[in-house]
Amino acid sequence: MAAKITVQDLTMAYGDLVVMHDLNFEIQDKDIFVIMGGSGCGKSTLLRHLIGLREPAKGSILYDGKDFTATPLAERGHFFQRFGVMYQSAALWSSLTLAENISMPLEESCKLPPKTLRDLACYKLSLVGLSGYEDFYPSQISGGMKKRAGIARAMALDPDILFLDEPSSGLDPLSSRRLDDLILGLRDGQGSTIVIVTHELASIFSIANNSVFLDTATHTQGALGNPSELRDHSDNPAVRLFLNRGDTPPSTP
Amino acid sequence: MPCLVSPSLTPSSHPPPTAAWQQDGDAVSLIIAGDWLREGPAVSVMGTAPDRAPTRYQTDALGTHDSTLPAFILAHLRTLKAPKGDQPPPPLDGLPDNLRGLLQLALAVPEDGGAHPDTRPQSRLETIGNVTLSAWQSGLALVDFVGQAVLSLGRLVRGRARFRTSDFWMTLQQCGVEALPIVSLISFLIGLILAFVGSVQLAHFGADLYVADLVGISMVREMGVVMTAIIMSGRTGAAFAAHIGSMKANEEIDALRTFGFDPFDFLVLPRILALVLMMPILTVYADIVGILGGMLVGAASGIPPVLYWTETVASLTITTASLGVLKSPFFGAAIAISGCMQGMRAGNSSAAVGEATTRAVVTAITSVIVLDSAFAAIFTLLDI
Repeated sequence: MAAKITVQDLTMAYGDLVVMHDLNFEIQDKDIFVIMGGSGCGKSTLLRHLIGLREPAKGSILYDGKDFTATPLAERGHFFQRFGVMYQSAALWSSLTLAENISMPLEESCKLPPKTLRDLACYKLSLVGLSGYEDFYPSQISGGMKKRAGIARAMALDPDILFLDEPSSGLDPLSSRRLDDLILGLRDGQGSTIVIVTHELASIFSIANNSVFLDTATHTQGALGNPSELRDHSDNPAVRLFLNRGDTPPSTP
Repeated sequence: MPCLVSPSLTPSSHPPPTAAWQQDGDAVSLIIAGDWLREGPAVSVMGTAPDRAPTRYQTDALGTHDSTLPAFILAHLRTLKAPKGDQPPPPLDGLPDNLRGLLQLALAVPEDGGAHPDTRPQSRLETIGNVTLSAWQSGLALVDFVGQAVLSLGRLVRGRARFRTSDFWMTLQQCGVEALPIVSLISFLIGLILAFVGSVQLAHFGADLYVADLVGISMVREMGVVMTAIIMSGRTGAAFAAHIGSMKANEEIDALRTFGFDPFDFLVLPRILALVLMMPILTVYADIVGILGGMLVGAASGIPPVLYWTETVASLTITTASLGVLKSPFFGAAIAISGCMQGMRAGNSSAAVGEATTRAVVTAITSVIVLDSAFAAIFTLLDI
């Protein structure tokens, strides 16, 4: 069976500036996959390619073996329905309350009675620990709460694949830990595949089972695999340096 | 094992979702069956929901489900009285593992009781009171803002106001040179329209030539300056409000303040100065372009341009010609103050920036027209 997401020979560029070239990796069903790398290496750019907000300069991205990048924009609807995306700044619609932020995509996707919509919104918000805040506007809550509300909105349509762009940056350690539990819970409870952009080492090691490291020096992928193993056994020194916060333990191949 | 359903399945092939409450002494069980899907039929509930959490769930006949099922269960658990103190979480026995995990997550953080915003409906009297108070507040805010502008100007005169000169030149360019095309177009058309309407009426009296007086005086005294002010309200006033409003939303204004810059000196003062300086120049320009528009219509109806020009110059006195230009800096100040004030008072979201921009344009146009009426009254009293 084809992998959930397959990236083949992907080259990402802004005009003539190549951000990353020759990326090749697969994300399996129910993986918690981390995209990591130093600041400005193109992690968020890769995420934007995966969800179709940018077109690759070269190469292709396949979902369940179906070519996403070759599908014209107008026919990508059924791909988009399977994606849930949380943006780095949460990107909540500021003129809608939190409950409305979640129920708007639901209303568009199918006809539901108002009570069911409300219950669904309350449920998604309580999953991220925000029950009681249904009628708040995004401007009335804190930055960390916005992040969590962004995740609740990403889950609105019970997506098959959840993309999270730096979900735990700006969260306190306890919320960050709860978020890790939530991500594991979503994987186990709903069977979602989760792709995370992050450089939070603690959560990388505790939840991720697969990862890709984007190397700023070579502009291509530096390593691929389980982050805990990469930390101790990667043959790429840049990867070991990154995963050990700059300490250089001897390589133990 | 129940799992998340893919959207490709058609709803018609699914048994409808049902929930049945069964009460047996102290034990309450909830029997869940069917396929619980957003796209499927609505849930049919049998029996009345007790005011207690179910002690047991029966899910033998449960098919596939999406989030509607945990949302339904959670909605019931949330309607119950909030437990006082540390109470054990409601039992979730009998639910499949994945559902139990999700519900445990959802119940982990108790509902924030004090968090509900005040949604009490207002009485009519309250509404009238609030509207009056807010009108009074915005009146005070306007006075306050104008006062701050004067103080800031005072600091500038004493050389204590700090702003970047390059920003000032940029603003000067934005509300000066860059406004020329739209001012040209509108003034030319206004001159054209005045001349058309006027020449038809004047032709009845055989006084065709006096169309030059009509266009000249009305452009120079009123239309030139008022039309320029309205264009600048929509163009520059809105831009000021949107720019300052989004700076506020991004905490850029707070950043200025913590670096010791007075946001008023830094953002508002250069904008007011720029518009006050540029408005008279734009007005003179608009007057001339408007007269040219009239001249075109005159030429089309047989008045030679040289004759038209001589007639225009003869009809205008220095006093008439200076009236419009005299009003323009006041209009400029009014527009800049409206724009900057609404920007500074904007809320912290993108929707608030939109509202601020709308309010800025409405306030600017209103204040221009009100000021113009005041000038008309003063000039009449002074017999000018």
